[in-house]
Amino acid sequence: MSTRIFIPADMLAIALGADDIAAAIADEAKKRGETITIIRNGSRGLCWAEPLVEVQIENTRMAYGNINKGDVSSLFDAGFLTGGVHEKSLGPTEDIAFLKSQTRFIFNTCGLYEPSDVDAYMAHGGFTGLRAALDKTPVQIVDEVQTSGLRGRGGAGFPAAIKWRTVLGATGPQKYIVCNADEGDSGTFSDRLIMEGDPLRLIEGMTIAGLATGATVGVIYLRSEYPIAKTVLETAITRAHAAGWLGADIQGSGKGFDLKVFVGGGSYVCGEETALLESLEGRRGIVRAKPPLPALEGLFGKPSVINNVITLCAVPDILARGGAWHGALGVGRSTGTMPFQLAGDVKYGGLVEAPFGLSLRDLVENYGGGTRSGLGIKTIQIGGPLGAYLPPSTFDTPIDYETLAAIGAGVGHGGIVVYNENTDMREQARYAFKFCAIESCGKCTPCRIGSVRGAEALAEQVPDMQLIEDLCEVMVDGSACAMGGMTPIPVQSAIKHFPNEFAARQRTAAE
Amino acid sequence: MNGWNEKKSVAVIEETFKAGASLTGALRALVDTFGYVDEAAMTPLMKTFARSRAEVLGVISYYEDFRQSPPGRHVIRLCQAEACQAVGGRELTRHAQEKTGLALHETSPDGALTLEPVYCLGLCANGPAALIDGQPVAQLNAAALDTKLTGFEE
Repeated sequence: MSTRIFIPADMLAIALGADDIAAAIADEAKKRGETITIIRNGSRGLCWAEPLVEVQIENTRMAYGNINKGDVSSLFDAGFLTGGVHEKSLGPTEDIAFLKSQTRFIFNTCGLYEPSDVDAYMAHGGFTGLRAALDKTPVQIVDEVQTSGLRGRGGAGFPAAIKWRTVLGATGPQKYIVCNADEGDSGTFSDRLIMEGDPLRLIEGMTIAGLATGATVGVIYLRSEYPIAKTVLETAITRAHAAGWLGADIQGSGKGFDLKVFVGGGSYVCGEETALLESLEGRRGIVRAKPPLPALEGLFGKPSVINNVITLCAVPDILARGGAWHGALGVGRSTGTMPFQLAGDVKYGGLVEAPFGLSLRDLVENYGGGTRSGLGIKTIQIGGPLGAYLPPSTFDTPIDYETLAAIGAGVGHGGIVVYNENTDMREQARYAFKFCAIESCGKCTPCRIGSVRGAEALAEQVPDMQLIEDLCEVMVDGSACAMGGMTPIPVQSAIKHFPNEFAARQRTAAE
Repeated sequence: MNGWNEKKSVAVIEETFKAGASLTGALRALVDTFGYVDEAAMTPLMKTFARSRAEVLGVISYYEDFRQSPPGRHVIRLCQAEACQAVGGRELTRHAQEKTGLALHETSPDGALTLEPVYCLGLCANGPAALIDGQPVAQLNAAALDTKLTGFEE
């Protein structure tokens, strides 16, 4: 019987040479007369172990981590086709502590099979949620999502059911489901992982959203920095069609939904939902004033649900297992699980899906294992470029939307970037302004000018801290969207927690 | 990608329009086909999408991806974002600039190489990351980058 070998084809594995490794394993097997089947799966999220090669032995998958081309011959020598021990053995994948201790449902099946394989997806419970949704009325679906307490995983944490109910209640000949896959936050990659590793889950989630709201067309707004995700999603859409899970008559229900992928132009602010709509409609990605809410006047002026990839990927299980099941996970009003992402100078970086309520320390130290460089941790930035810098003294804070807000931070899209003790916090604060200056859409003055002035001020040998505080205040109060409104968060948190690095100049009366 | 082709560009624009794409969709298709949007595309874009010259130019110039001149034969896009900064991304960018004599966004006079910034490739647990001629690269360091550069010269 042919031995099944799994070698991920996600962007990270490929960046680390997975294509060459797959070719080398195929060659070596041929040379040795071994019969193997190579499956290019999605990532299991163990970025620290990539490229991760797995061998299926009966019902167990044996893992070999950080494989490079030079390891291939010795893997065969060690008998890895029968689970033989090699210096890069990690044992059965499911027993790896990093993975075993997680509570996965959004990422439960990511990396288990070839990403667009409809049969494999269904064998692992795929489309159960959509099947349940087909038997429900739109109101029942929205009720289920409301019971689940699901909040948007893109960054804002807005209750999904409220958006859905608004779109359901809106009238119009056409409504849209827009998936925000413009995952621009540094330190985040959960959208990429699931789009490249389990795209059918996103398709299922969007279709359920369509059934819930009466939308028949979906668009995935994908950032251009994710070229592999585009290919994988398009293949998955084609196959879902062929299997009757998309199209005018889903599984003979008479209900229809279709979707396509739109690739952005390399603009961070297009992750803001109204800028995203402008971009989709063919204009500059400039934020719109709200109201009107996109739920009422969204894409092409039609009622539109705009949800992040992970939010939509949480939906199939909510329908399959019931909203109450989801609502029981997590803490307080932060229900369900969050796919956190450990990045930067971290020893064990990757995806950690866990219910809300675990601490920053759990993530950074227990999962992350400290820094990759071996240096001490100086700070972490949580929630992307608009997220707070937090020092180790805050690491016992439990992670949920409300508790983090109380210490001036946010969950954002769940990315955590670890920085070592050599980090220059003033430079990080300056970068926050600079990034805002580069990416600002220019619509509102606080963001457009404030960011430039802030970066200039922090480049001064002795920065005018009062000016910086004033700029931050104006940006928070006066910006049209989160780009300008939240840029002060990294700046002010860096100043608050590391004041010594911002030697202040006292203003004289003449100023 | 080899050079601008007037006839083909018009076909690309018409094709995307017929497929229901917006102006941004057509620009994406042009960049994917030719590597940039040539000035010659302006008139067919204006006509097809019924937009003024200022509007079309405004959209092109807004987006990082929609270059208005051809990129070098090789393109290195180095990640400048936080997760890569935390593992030496800034130093690597400085090294690349010194080694190539190019600033970010600059193309060498012989058209061989373009150096560009990129803000996150989603390879954040394994930085510094880059896209080299469209291929993702992770855990990049100065030595590996030098090897790539030497490879370009051959």
